Amino acid sequence: MTTKAAPRAADLEGISAIIADHSDLEGPLLPILHAVQASFGHVPAFAHAPIAEALNITRAELHGVVSFYHDFRDKPAGVHVVRICRAEACQAMGGAAMSEAVLAQLGLDWHGTTRDGRITVEPVYCLGLCACAPAAMVDGKAKGRATADAILLEVGA
Amino acid sequence: MKIYVPRDAAARALGADAVAEAFSAMGHNVIRNGSRGMVWLEPLVEIAENGRRRAYGNVTPGDVAGILSGAVQSLGSVEDIPFFANQTRLTFARCGVIDPLSLSDYEAHGGLVGLRRALDLGADGIVAEVKESGLRGRGGAGFPTGLKWETVARATADRKYIVCNADEGDSGTFADRMIMEGDPFSVIEGMVIAGLGVGASKGLIYIRSEYPDAIEAMNAAVKIARKNNILGRVLDASHEFDIEIRVGAGAYVCGEETALLNSLEGKRGVVRAKPPLPALEGFMGRPTVVNNVISLATIPVIFEKGAAHYAGFGLGRSKGTMPIQIGGNVARGGLFETAFGMPLGSLIHDIAGGTATGRPVKAVQVGGPLGAYFAPEKFDTPFAYEEFDGQGGLIGHAGIVVFDDSADMRAMARFAMEFCAVESCGKCTPCRIGAVRGVETIDRIAAGDASAVPLLVDLCETMKHGSLCALGGFTPYPVMSALEQFPEEFAARREAAE
Repeated sequence: MTTKAAPRAADLEGISAIIADHSDLEGPLLPILHAVQASFGHVPAFAHAPIAEALNITRAELHGVVSFYHDFRDKPAGVHVVRICRAEACQAMGGAAMSEAVLAQLGLDWHGTTRDGRITVEPVYCLGLCACAPAAMVDGKAKGRATADAILLEVGA
Repeated sequence: MKIYVPRDAAARALGADAVAEAFSAMGHNVIRNGSRGMVWLEPLVEIAENGRRRAYGNVTPGDVAGILSGAVQSLGSVEDIPFFANQTRLTFARCGVIDPLSLSDYEAHGGLVGLRRALDLGADGIVAEVKESGLRGRGGAGFPTGLKWETVARATADRKYIVCNADEGDSGTFADRMIMEGDPFSVIEGMVIAGLGVGASKGLIYIRSEYPDAIEAMNAAVKIARKNNILGRVLDASHEFDIEIRVGAGAYVCGEETALLNSLEGKRGVVRAKPPLPALEGFMGRPTVVNNVISLATIPVIFEKGAAHYAGFGLGRSKGTMPIQIGGNVARGGLFETAFGMPLGSLIHDIAGGTATGRPVKAVQVGGPLGAYFAPEKFDTPFAYEEFDGQGGLIGHAGIVVFDDSADMRAMARFAMEFCAVESCGKCTPCRIGAVRGVETIDRIAAGDASAVPLLVDLCETMKHGSLCALGGFTPYPVMSALEQFPEEFAARREAAE
């Protein structure tokens, strides 16, 4: 896995640059983690030491923060990320059956990624699209009155 | 001729971008406005011509040529559609009407009038005005906003902060998202007035990551406000105020104000014990106003029209208007702003037209995942804080989720516990362990173990009284309301299976 491989110098420089960009913020850790994830697709293990050192926190504290938030990944997601709302309004419109159909078709459980690394399916609890439920988000693009077929079509499955 | 195609996330999720592109492809300029709140009609296009605006509902790219030639039938004016005509729009008066990122549009529709008046009133006058308006926290807790501001104003510190809680995680709610996308300057103006009132010069907006469109709109609006001296030196007066946008990371509990402050500080989003109140020791240990988006977005209209005008609407101690969000299995879902006091059943049947499936309404959940289920027997409850409390519920952030008669209430109760287990911050035991045991106990009931029902009741009591915040403390609302109103769904499962 890429996370196990020794980081390239350019990657470490990228982390340093991100830390420097956020140095004047009060409470910079979440913005730093978002920026790291935006450029690497996840928060790689090699990013932990330099971030912890820069913010004067322990690596354990940093791990506590990274692992607390659902958004931060420790390994890259699939090429396509499908997020399906599991909350009440979507359930009222058949959201559970829709997500079961998507997961079954892809042979996945929640948070799973297809073997070819193409598609990751994650639960989300409300996208604020409750009046056009069920809702999903495919690669950051929201879908209202979603269907399993439309979601699968969008990711080419 | 002006063409309006919403850039609201719900409109976009229903194909508004393709519609806007189709208009552009035919050589027309398109204004991407906010949503008028009638989500069942989205994408809702409006054509402004000769001083009138005609609306077209559920527009597809294929309709565009027909709309331009007059071949497609218009819905008439938005203001004449009953869902819209029956509203009292104060907070959402501009949403969907203006170009969200046009400051001149904003000013032409009453924007900045409130801020100018606030500058004249001065700090004490500002706090007094908010107190007089009777505004209560729209995030859910309903705490008087003026009192909170007064506490922060009286605190002495080298720095104070205004934090806008835009972590709208409650399922069934989308008012914060809509106002940030449709009228972002109202949030900014409200925060600036709050800063003047309490003596804060820095504001932070914490927006959940699930709202990329709102994040984009608020960032753009803050830049424009800075360029035009609404932020920085406020309207060239002697006050300084600036705003920074922060993005959440998918933790529901961060909508709780102390967890949100920890998250802003770069920590785990764990709930803090109170006291100390955030008003005295908030962000970075400094006095901090933490207000919901809608509370802050309502401030400008209170100052524009006067506290007495605002307080003239409502019922009892629930003053003013509430943007009610109706979703789930509903014929006409969307945002309906009205004075407090309308009976729940009128909202569901008269306004929203009952279920989308045409089947009978079985129950509605009011106030997000921690809100109680209301069966039709309780539909005469007036929509207001104390009235809902009296019925064992809460209005929360004013989301109503409608379920038809196919809903499995035991499954919904189980989901409430499961959600609490997923999202618990882990700090207090009743929530962290109780939610997991709750799922297991409901599974025992499902398997036919009737002795587990009193155990569930007991567990809910413990969670309600022993939890540190509303997540563990209110999860019993949906669970117990389902159990009390639909006891048959928690019994006799085994007999049915055998």
